[in-house]
Amino acid sequence: MEEFSMSAETAKSVSIATWLPAVLIGWVVPGGGHIYLKRMHRGALVGAATVICFVFGLMMRGAFFEPQKGDLLITLITYGGYFANLCTGAPYFLATWLGYDQPDVAGHVHDYGTKFMVGAGLLNILSMVDAWEIATNQKD
Amino acid sequence: MPKLALSHLEATLLFALLISVVLGVVTKKNDKDRLHYGLYCFGCFVATVIGLGWLMRLGHG
Repeated sequence: MEEFSMSAETAKSVSIATWLPAVLIGWVVPGGGHIYLKRMHRGALVGAATVICFVFGLMMRGAFFEPQKGDLLITLITYGGYFANLCTGAPYFLATWLGYDQPDVAGHVHDYGTKFMVGAGLLNILSMVDAWEIATNQKD
Repeated sequence: MPKLALSHLEATLLFALLISVVLGVVTKKNDKDRLHYGLYCFGCFVATVIGLGWLMRLGHG
């Protein structure tokens, strides 16, 4: 608990201009935040894992989520999935820009593909949080 | 882009591997701990997949 409050104090004392570029770069380019902070190997590992996850999702013809309003579960799933897709950064924007538009069809391979692409976004969120912790001196 | 058709086991193991790499990298503070934790996570994922797979098979009869 004491360690946590000390970390929070350390984070507060670091200006936003120090950590925001790392987090933004980490969002746009998976692993880029770590590389910006000179953690090359870690950046390469998390970036490669995120991009590979996303590309396998594309190769399995997974579908991107579109936000839809419905009952609570539908809203939560579609908005959550859309948010996770957005968090993948450049790979997501590149795929949509290049016209990737796979409809959501039945079949376990498509289903895994969709989950792989959502998983890539969640992995990128983890790496952005890690980049923030490094930038705010909470870890090496 | 080539189309890929993985089985349930292949897809889950690949997913487990990629998640384990990231979890290992972001949660621990030195390379040795990262490797150990990544392997530990991967082992847990594999054990869970195989365990739940058998449970479903036995449940179906």
